[in-house]
Amino acid sequence: MTQHTRAKSDVFMPSGQIQFGVFFQGVNSGTIWKAAESGSQTDFESFRRIAQTAERGLFAAFFLGEGLRLREHLGRPHALDVVGRPDAQTMLAALASVTKNIGLVATQNTTYNDPADLAHRLASLDLISGGRAAWNIVTTDNAWTGANFRRGGYLDHADRYKHAEAFVETAKRIWDSWESPDGPARRVLHEGQHYTLDVTPRLPRSAQYRPVLFQAGDSPEGRNFAARQADVIFSAHPKFDDAVEFRKDLVERSLAAGRAANAVQIMPASEFILAATAAEAAEKKEWVRSLQIGPQQAIAYLEQFWGRELSSYDPDGPLPEIDPVVEETSETRGSGFHGAKARQLADQWRAEAKDKGLSIRQFVTSKTARIDSTFTGSYTAVADQLAEYARVGAVDGFNISPWLIPTGLDDIVNHLVPELQERGVYPTEYRGSTLREHLGLEAPERFADQAAEAVRA
Amino acid sequence: MSNIQGFLAIELDGAGWDGADLTRAVLVAESAGFHAATFTDAPAPGRTNALQRAAFAGPATRSIALVPEVDTVYTEPFHVSTQLASLDYVSGGRAGWIVTAAESPEAAAAVGRSSVTGAGLGQEAAASIEVSRRLWDSWEDGAVIRDVATGRYIDVDKLHYADFETPADFAGAGYSVKGPSIIPRPLQGQLPVLVPASLLGEVPADAVDGVLVSAPTPELLAAEVRDVRTRVGAPVAVIAELDVVLDSRGQAAGSRESAFDGGRAAFAGTAAGLSDLLASLLAEADGVRLHPASLFVDLEELGRLVVPELRRRGVLRAPVQDGTFRDMLGLERPASRYTSATAAPDGAGK
Repeated sequence: MTQHTRAKSDVFMPSGQIQFGVFFQGVNSGTIWKAAESGSQTDFESFRRIAQTAERGLFAAFFLGEGLRLREHLGRPHALDVVGRPDAQTMLAALASVTKNIGLVATQNTTYNDPADLAHRLASLDLISGGRAAWNIVTTDNAWTGANFRRGGYLDHADRYKHAEAFVETAKRIWDSWESPDGPARRVLHEGQHYTLDVTPRLPRSAQYRPVLFQAGDSPEGRNFAARQADVIFSAHPKFDDAVEFRKDLVERSLAAGRAANAVQIMPASEFILAATAAEAAEKKEWVRSLQIGPQQAIAYLEQFWGRELSSYDPDGPLPEIDPVVEETSETRGSGFHGAKARQLADQWRAEAKDKGLSIRQFVTSKTARIDSTFTGSYTAVADQLAEYARVGAVDGFNISPWLIPTGLDDIVNHLVPELQERGVYPTEYRGSTLREHLGLEAPERFADQAAEAVRA
Repeated sequence: MSNIQGFLAIELDGAGWDGADLTRAVLVAESAGFHAATFTDAPAPGRTNALQRAAFAGPATRSIALVPEVDTVYTEPFHVSTQLASLDYVSGGRAGWIVTAAESPEAAAAVGRSSVTGAGLGQEAAASIEVSRRLWDSWEDGAVIRDVATGRYIDVDKLHYADFETPADFAGAGYSVKGPSIIPRPLQGQLPVLVPASLLGEVPADAVDGVLVSAPTPELLAAEVRDVRTRVGAPVAVIAELDVVLDSRGQAAGSRESAFDGGRAAFAGTAAGLSDLLASLLAEADGVRLHPASLFVDLEELGRLVVPELRRRGVLRAPVQDGTFRDMLGLERPASRYTSATAAPDGAGK
């Protein structure tokens, strides 16, 4: 490592700070579309408004997901939730021209992209934005998604991280191929199980050297992948105790991978429902939940697991007694339901709902609403709560999903951010001009390359 | 296309530029009165992705069409379609597409595929255009209904599978694309699609909205424009390609002329001479695309002397403030090809 900006390499030291990112989701039930204030999910103005509000609140990053195939329900596109979103990098390139500082994070999968092309486009975004680009690395493997692509569903589930890692290392070699800022670039060769390439890169390093790498997988394999390759992990562990455990786990994995204890930053997915008082916030939460999971969504949610039509059931009544249609892997349920042991799960859920006295709608709300990732309360109480995360270093920040577009960050930026700044746990200015600088990340180590030799995956 | 007044496009090369350079170039081109800016994606050191450059220019501009080159041979048609539809959203409906078909062995090696050559190039282009067109139509207009009473955000009956398959005689590796698109229908419905004349044949004329025509000299260019027009028929815009270097700030054009590669007709000389040539080309072609030898030097002269002169002569159409690229080309906004018979009987989009 060329420099240590935050801590000794083998002992984790909390920075005492947290940062925010914003995740403009564009799909699924988290974003409310039924309110009068709900704006367009595709108009550029919605994206501009969220990005500029985030920048006013000194957010480190603006984050977009990636769509590869529309989610389906019983064999047709799912109709009840927000859906239909732009290409991440195209939107981020446009946002780069109306923002100055905020990082721009594109989720891009390694399965349906080519390494040389994706590395080139990410480097391009990084240069156009003056060193603000990041790549959230994801993998996909199912044939259902592959139906939209030339290569189809070619990748085995077990191989996806091996494949992703070879992909990411190839991308790093492409970004690191310039000997000096003025070149020339070294030719990069790769011959592996899933792809072969031979390319002479065309873009120089950016102001932040190369794009920052995010990773969002939570399996042990995914965590190890992050520990070896990523700068930031977009985790699923925002609850305090869970977050502390996750940090410990990630520090161990980072050290085992030969990296510094704080080499990988942690930004869990989260949702904030805030108001001036706790009572108002609780009331607002009821309203948010009722609009996130309406009666139709509650039934549809169960239908996805039951694999059959359940519209005759009362959303305010008990879970269906009828058994699911058992299918190990469904072509039509969309990703995420592979190998669901449907009948067993139905028994378990019926018992759970009965025990807790929950209706279908209440039960589905408890399963789908971000109960584990929602911070609800007054601005001051939530600020106190977050200050504790900062004090112990449970996380490096939160990636916030606004439940309303385009005004969903206003509360956070106008009220929560100043409270956090008063507590000395949130930035009061951008530290520099690049995303790497905002996050306080070290300059990356140049990827160890075997010069002009082909590397086998 | 039967019009009297033509349009002017300009290539904004951009190798080695940062965001500030890009904004400056596109704003200068827009205020100079150009109707469209194009963005090459030919591999060159320091040249960033063309579609991203166009997207970056979107929010900075109001009237100029933004038209990147996007390859069809070594790219995923599904991604290409989504990226172009997204460009249409970020530019307020001012996006277009110059279809290219990468020929170099280097382009093939970069993605580990064997080189596509000959007729295979046009076939790849035709297939990719068809995929994009189907996906752009795969959400009918008004598919996002936000119907609170029934709890439906979209009307599923207005979404359609593209179910594209490459034809049996496809030279390359065949593929299929299921759909629907992951983004609603572009603002223009269908983006204008421009192809170089070399791809015509394999790419049918009714799949495109414009053809880029090159010839070695200005004289041959006018003849080539006439020839292409008879091949493609009336609704397709014919666009002449011209390299330009102007006398500027006391420096004769000839001293900068060596920048040209010789493949395209070139003009070197005074602004008045160029105005005459463009007026004569615009009598034959619907538009002319200029490739300036050094962008900022020539753009200044073009904006100061050439465009105003062409306007004075009445050979340029008026820019459409907040209009779409289709508006500029005089194209109607087509209904989706999948539009349900009950909704709009006049139906088929391109």
